[in-house]
Amino acid sequence: MAERPEDLNLPNAVITRIIKEALPDGVNISKEARSAISRAASVFVLYATSCANNFAMKGKRKTLNASDVLSAMEEMEFQRFVTPLKEALEAYRREQKGKKEASEQKKKDKDRRADSDEHDKSRDEDNDEDEERLEEEEEQNEEDEVDN
Amino acid sequence: MADVAVGKDKCGEQRLVSLPLSRIRVIMKSSPEVSSINQEALVLTAKATELFVQYLATCSYRHGDGKAKKALTYSDLASMAEESETFQFLSDILPKKILASKYLKMLKEKREEEEENDNDGIDQDEALSYTKKEVL
Repeated sequence: MAERPEDLNLPNAVITRIIKEALPDGVNISKEARSAISRAASVFVLYATSCANNFAMKGKRKTLNASDVLSAMEEMEFQRFVTPLKEALEAYRREQKGKKEASEQKKKDKDRRADSDEHDKSRDEDNDEDEERLEEEEEQNEEDEVDN
Repeated sequence: MADVAVGKDKCGEQRLVSLPLSRIRVIMKSSPEVSSINQEALVLTAKATELFVQYLATCSYRHGDGKAKKALTYSDLASMAEESETFQFLSDILPKKILASKYLKMLKEKREEEEENDNDGIDQDEALSYTKKEVL
């Protein structure tokens, strides 16, 4: 999968908003500082991915999962992120559960026909070439939910 | 069922992560050894990146010189990358900026230091052979 170098950058507007929210009001962030933090964030993603991948490999798994990312944070000495990340994961799982229940309700309300629409929607965001992997992920997600 | 609907609305208003997941996925997949990423891992990495940006910005601001002027500057970030062990992995992409004249001076000093070290090395060898003799 060939990507353009600019695809590896994160959107500046979002990065700037996150920085502004973290710093006290009225602090000026130089343009150079913004782009430096943005680059640092991309490197962080790569570093975290590589660490998480090591944990997945140790576990003889091909798919990176939530616990790999959490272990990576400890390895990288970002233990302070683990608690907020676990909270975010809980929130995400609740959200997914809510969505699932809502869509099940929809199915009941409407008809069998709604089923195929729902399926299309969930695939819209992802690339066609990733389809095979997506199915793998869906399986994984279902497994996770069973665990809970 | 009403409760679920309210919960969903809340999540919709304040999204869990503000960074685009598609972009995070592209960056993660640019790593050659990674084959596939589960959705939860993707969300967590995006969230972690957000926390990281906040943490890097606040640490650099607090310890930086720009604080007096209420500004966060590049050099605040570069010194953070140099001094803190946690942010050490950034030192290659956030190098400290120095003047060319200063760099040349540093090079010269380093060369002189190395010459001195070479001399020290010889002295040490001699000292070592002495102690060996004493032991024998």
